[in-house]
Amino acid sequence: MTDTALDLSLYAKPCGDNTLGMDLAVEGVHCGGCIARIEHAVKELPGVTEARLNFTNRRLHVAWADDQIKPAEILQTLERIGYHGYPFVPQRAEEEEAAEARRLTRYLAVAGFAAMNIMLLSVSVWAGSDMTPSTRDFFHWASALLALPAAAYAGQPFFISAFKALRARSLNMDVPITVGLSLALGMSLVETARHAPDAYFDSAMMLLFFLLLGRTLDHAMRRKTRAVAGNLAALKADTARRFMGGELVSVPVAALRPDDRVLVRPGERVPADGVVVSGTSEIDESLITGETMRRQVDSSAKVYAGSLNYSGALTLRVTAAGQDSLIDEIERLLEKAASAKSHTRRLADRAARIYAPMVHLTAALTGIGWWLAGASVHDAVVTAIAVLIITCPCALSLAIPAVQVVASGALFRNNVILNAGDAIERLAEADTIIFDKTGTLTLPEPRVINAAEVDPALLQTAARLALSSRHPLAMALAREAESAAPFEGAVEEPGQGVRAMVDGIEARLGSADFCGLPPVTALRADTSLIMFSHDGRSAAFAVSQQLRPDAVEVTKALAARGYDLRILSGDRNEAVAPVARALGIARWQGALTPAGKISEIEALKNEGRRVLMVGDGLNDAPSLAAAHVSLSPIAAADLTQAQADAVFLGERLAPVAEALKVARRARTLMTQNLGLAAVYNGIAVPVAIAGLVTPLLAAVAMSCSSMMVTLNSLRARGGGRA
Amino acid sequence: MNVLVYLIPMAVGLGLIGLFGFMWALKSGQYTDMDGAALRVLSDDDLPPEQRETSK
Repeated sequence: MTDTALDLSLYAKPCGDNTLGMDLAVEGVHCGGCIARIEHAVKELPGVTEARLNFTNRRLHVAWADDQIKPAEILQTLERIGYHGYPFVPQRAEEEEAAEARRLTRYLAVAGFAAMNIMLLSVSVWAGSDMTPSTRDFFHWASALLALPAAAYAGQPFFISAFKALRARSLNMDVPITVGLSLALGMSLVETARHAPDAYFDSAMMLLFFLLLGRTLDHAMRRKTRAVAGNLAALKADTARRFMGGELVSVPVAALRPDDRVLVRPGERVPADGVVVSGTSEIDESLITGETMRRQVDSSAKVYAGSLNYSGALTLRVTAAGQDSLIDEIERLLEKAASAKSHTRRLADRAARIYAPMVHLTAALTGIGWWLAGASVHDAVVTAIAVLIITCPCALSLAIPAVQVVASGALFRNNVILNAGDAIERLAEADTIIFDKTGTLTLPEPRVINAAEVDPALLQTAARLALSSRHPLAMALAREAESAAPFEGAVEEPGQGVRAMVDGIEARLGSADFCGLPPVTALRADTSLIMFSHDGRSAAFAVSQQLRPDAVEVTKALAARGYDLRILSGDRNEAVAPVARALGIARWQGALTPAGKISEIEALKNEGRRVLMVGDGLNDAPSLAAAHVSLSPIAAADLTQAQADAVFLGERLAPVAEALKVARRARTLMTQNLGLAAVYNGIAVPVAIAGLVTPLLAAVAMSCSSMMVTLNSLRARGGGRA
Repeated sequence: MNVLVYLIPMAVGLGLIGLFGFMWALKSGQYTDMDGAALRVLSDDDLPPEQRETSK
């Protein structure tokens, strides 16, 4: 349950007179009924003026009169009706993208309006062979009046991007688009003024509309995955117990500042980097270093955000909070690795660098050729511009984004969320896969491994008792519980165990001593024991890291598909060896430092391999950045996730294999699309050079090539589970 | 053919009305929750409770 003392004032933002507003990511919303139930319940709170649930991104906006209710009461109301709400601060990047999406939609609407109306006029011109020249001129002027302002407004994203590229002395696909568009419009205007029969306003506007459509779709897909990622981040955000003048107040971790004192109870994660002021405990730093052996800490020991506190309560002085919370070494390695990566160039940009000079040269040669052959300057220029219009890279600039949109949708359905736009291309190139062990090949949380050997009735009693404890071992046992109802009157004795009366007899769960049993030691070094006794019967539960349920199948399948698999772990060799054996991975190394992992990756890269790194720990963050492409499970440390090119959800490893499969198919389709665009140009360019292009032919050829490429891209959908 | 001088601006004007309608809808946030809008239409909680019973 949410604490009433939870101080959420950090998330409440003033909106209007005396009114506060807050956004919540809501978990458990499934149907239309949920919308009404949630909005009703929240609106009934005193002082609430607005409650609106956005079903698309599962976010609730609440506004209330200041000092009528506390924000924590909203969370409690949600929990009472069976939903979990998590306060949410919209990221700056997400707000900017929302504004960008609205802008793109406006451009698209304007371009669509202009293209349709101009097409209406153009069809009349093409069909009306008996049209008088003055009527045709009128139609052309009307087209110009629609096209010029619309292009000036809706073409902005391309003009700005092309201008930026030219200023940086490079070329991108927007440069030939801008040149083609402005020349087509400029020439049409001149021709209209000269009462000439041909104008290309329709082709130019249709081109703009298609290009904007591609860009808007691309943007919408990225926003959707971004919103899901944002909600997951809100779900993960923890609260910390901060001392305020001797009293403990729960605050969101984001509100912590250096020199705050916080209390970390057993079973909780350390909220921020800090120094232990008082208390002793064992902490599990596997999320940071991959090491599964626990570390003993007491006064003046340094602890890092994300470590799990096992046995005793600790009081910490925060040294770094939020964004600063980083180990220096890792930060330094990260910067180096990230700068090395920017060398990889995207397929589309590579294509643009070859394409743009070639087209412009062809157009220039065509003009000169016609002029030398005796054509008038006007005719030569018109033919040259026709070459530019027909080669305006509509199909080419749709070839890659269209596949990316469809493929990232397929990945999304397979529980993979893309962080980087060009991740698909790089995933397709990977030939060597490096796995981290802890939290990547194994499940992020430990599990009871001998549940099958214990009497089911005894297991269920122990597991229900474990529900009342916050100790990590007990929480692992609690996952085996079939019923979610803890025993009434269960008492947790800190550092000892938990006890409750079950059927009139006391049951105890905890250390051997606490349960009145003789001491036992675990058989394996990576296993911890938790004891249980009830009514003269007892059991020892072995808790250990376990492989993801489908890890063996997935690694076998990947090896069969020709990938070279390796394990690089920060954990001890003794802990890595059994995992490598179980998965049949021959090449593995344990006890590696973050720098050690990077040098391994660099060595592989020098052999000419394309490395995919899959890792979750903070120690993996630099290697993720150094690798050619990287994946990270959703349970990973925040910083690590920010480095990964893509994040996968859930307990299974299958999304890794699916991501590779989708990426390979997407790459094949991208190459096919570039091929289709080349074929189109191969046919259209000679026709244009020969001076045979009419406005009708240009419009038909350009839309056909765009359609063909888009339809081909849709094939990237296949294979994904809907 | 002089009639075209009125007809074409009129056609474009009608199109512009549609365009401005779309811009207004976009600006007033009607496209921010496409999935929710499809479900909200089914809820009848805008009616007082008595009417809700009879409308079932």
